[in-house]
Amino acid sequence: MESKDMKELKVSAIKEGTVIDHIPARSLFKVISILELQKMDTQITIGYNFESKRLGQKGIIKISDKFPSQKDLNKIALFAPEAKINIIRDYKVVEKDNVQVPDAIEGIVKCMNPKCITNQENVKPKFTVLEKKNVTLKCNYCEKITDQDHFEMR
Amino acid sequence: MKNKSLISIHDYSKNDYLRIMDLAEEFEKNPRNYGNLLSGKVIATLFFEPSTRTRLSFESAIQRLGGSVIGFTDSSSSSVSKGETLKDTIKTVSQYSDLIVMRHPIEGSARWASEVSDVPIVNAGDGANQHPTQCLLDLYTIRQTQGKLEDLTITMVGDLKYGRTVHSLIQAMSYFSPSFHFVSPEELKMPNEYKMFLKEKNIPFNESHELGEVLKTSDIAYVTRVQKERFSDPMEYEKVKNAFVLKNEMLEGTKSNLKILHPLPRVNEISEDVDENEKAYYFRQALNGVYARMAIISSILGLK
Repeated sequence: MESKDMKELKVSAIKEGTVIDHIPARSLFKVISILELQKMDTQITIGYNFESKRLGQKGIIKISDKFPSQKDLNKIALFAPEAKINIIRDYKVVEKDNVQVPDAIEGIVKCMNPKCITNQENVKPKFTVLEKKNVTLKCNYCEKITDQDHFEMR
Repeated sequence: MKNKSLISIHDYSKNDYLRIMDLAEEFEKNPRNYGNLLSGKVIATLFFEPSTRTRLSFESAIQRLGGSVIGFTDSSSSSVSKGETLKDTIKTVSQYSDLIVMRHPIEGSARWASEVSDVPIVNAGDGANQHPTQCLLDLYTIRQTQGKLEDLTITMVGDLKYGRTVHSLIQAMSYFSPSFHFVSPEELKMPNEYKMFLKEKNIPFNESHELGEVLKTSDIAYVTRVQKERFSDPMEYEKVKNAFVLKNEMLEGTKSNLKILHPLPRVNEISEDVDENEKAYYFRQALNGVYARMAIISSILGLK
């Protein structure tokens, strides 16, 4: 068992900001890319391959002084459906949220149909979410289904 | 429907279908009244891949209503061959015309075009995806031959796996409590997603590999072409290619109201001796394509 103190040694606490926890380790870099963390100018701490009872290995992201909108955070639900969002104020968690698969997805994953216009010309993929549990997307252009086993980052 | 593109059959409601059919019927009954309906309108027909039947049917529909047609029949004669994107082609042509009819080999191209165009788009086929005007003319034809759309038994024969016309027709007919027989080679069976759709809607269907008996209970037989290139094993094709041919003698003992439909082109899946049978309706169905397209274009332009 990992003590609370040990955890704190691994990732330092932030005073104000957003902590995204319980990201499957394999999805961490996808989540970083979806949230475009490379474009942010505040301090960001990223933890990779941490032990997790639930996920085996997990990732964690601590973003200082920024509070991405729930809409933006929901974009990661395709790759990290169990992620937990902690809002930190003065070192304390003041709010905990889950991410939710949105009703529509734009520009995150590719349509799995190679003959689709989004894979042929410079067209941003857009999907309607048909099912949120085993996430199933219907392409707004070619109308073909892309399921979660075939998600590929754009 | 006014100013709204028609890209997929899902863009139209049951009421829209009925409205288009009523309008097609009016055009068919009183063609002389509408010779100038599209007067002064310019319709572009952009065929990025060849399709004689669909294009001629659209152009006939436009000209019968007094509209003018511009366009190309093959993308090698357009600036697409110089590397222009679809977006730029559509955006430009939408400056020249009041409506664009397009066929394109890429799936989803028509929806994309409707997002960038300044005028409505009518999808005349986007790869294996949608061909909604075919579906509307099929519905119109079924209603015309049976006097109704409700409670009909429809046999679909041939390539049920890749045939987009049969998939669209199943979905459009689902509003009218039909029953289906699906007859196809094993390799070209109706895909599961459509069977699931029918189950959810409690629409009865059965599947078989033989055409004989199911014809006897059918009101409509919708025949499609079994294409050699759909088979992974050419031997399989050779085995089944004659098993799904509709011959005149097979029509004995069928219901008097049975009509044979086919989206055309036909190769050998309906013997030529069927053509003389009064149950053959596929050439009349092609004519209905003109009326249905007249109805679609004039509705979208808000002229009817």
